[in-house]
Amino acid sequence: MGKKQPKLREHIIEREWCKGCGICVHFCPKNVLELDEKEKAVVMRREDCICCMMCELRCPDFAIEVVVEN
Amino acid sequence: MSVKDYIRERFFPHIWCAGCGHGTVLNSMLRAIEDLGISKNEIVITSGIGCSSRIAGYADFHTFHTLHGRALAFATGVKMSAPELNLIVPMGDGDALAIGGNHFIHAARRNIDITALVMNNRIYGMTGGQLSPLSGCGTKGTTAPYTNIDNSFDTVELSIAAGASFVARTTTYHVKQITDLIKQAILHEGFSVVEILSQCPTYFGRKNNLGSAVDMLESFKKNTTPVGSNAKEKKPALIERGIFVQEERPEYCSEYEKIIEKAMGAGH
Ligand code: SF4
Ligand code: SF4
Ligand code: SF4
Repeated sequence: MGKKQPKLREHIIEREWCKGCGICVHFCPKNVLELDEKEKAVVMRREDCICCMMCELRCPDFAIEVVVEN
Repeated sequence: MSVKDYIRERFFPHIWCAGCGHGTVLNSMLRAIEDLGISKNEIVITSGIGCSSRIAGYADFHTFHTLHGRALAFATGVKMSAPELNLIVPMGDGDALAIGGNHFIHAARRNIDITALVMNNRIYGMTGGQLSPLSGCGTKGTTAPYTNIDNSFDTVELSIAAGASFVARTTTYHVKQITDLIKQAILHEGFSVVEILSQCPTYFGRKNNLGSAVDMLESFKKNTTPVGSNAKEKKPALIERGIFVQEERPEYCSEYEKIIEKAMGAGH
């Protein structure tokens, strides 16, 4: 029984809470995220996301949530 | 439940600077509580003063934001009066081991069932970058512009020597390990210390040319190694992460319960 690969539904980014630290961007293993011109995290390569959750777990500001299909 | 069900959203965005490790500690701590399935009513957080101590305001449990260095004394009082509750005490390095140093060693010596989190960013952030007993020789701060000559405590060794029965360390880069260690610390019956190396990019980072929060996290990744790894033998400067002590020893509230029974039995 292999572990089922989680499927991404969406990233929810709370723009008001994001402080643009870049932690999620830098440590994403698939380079999915970037900071926009307002220094807020945005999803650039959604299709590359492997739902590892590391962006959500490392964010110091509770500003990014990875929602998967269940 | 989602992790946001455990925070007081009305106080967000929080006051911590961009990239401050303390937000990550809060995030990982809440996941530990969520994983354990402990109800909010069974958790009490007491905190002292400092950037780290703000956690008490943001986490939606029973919380007390108390006096500088005295969070463990308040926690001891709560635990003695209601031993069934889970006490978690998040402290900064200065709060825990400078002004709070005496409370810290004696809480450890008693082995009272409290989970102490030492969020070690090696500086007093809230008051503007003064050095703490964990800054270490050769660092700079507003109180040591020409470099610090004070030796540092090793939180792990100090906790072990003082009698803590669960002692662990990790960093804000290793978020899954923070959650895992906090879970084990909460489940452990006795005084538990989890030291979490955390980044203060605003003061410690800037004063010591350590770069951004991202750079500081990269250095936690590079400069630490699991306890007992071969890498440590080859490169002794590496800081070990993991569990250093995990032992069952008589817990203070349980021992106190026995004293009550003994006194009652004596018939006076
Ligand atoms: S880690 Fe959080 S606060 Fe930092 S840039 Fe990403 S979403 Fe924003
Ligand atoms: S879940 Fe993992 S892969 Fe997807 S954006 Fe976050 S860090 Fe990147
Ligand atoms: S001063 Fe340092 S410890 Fe305090 S909130 Fe800012 S980064 Fe965090």
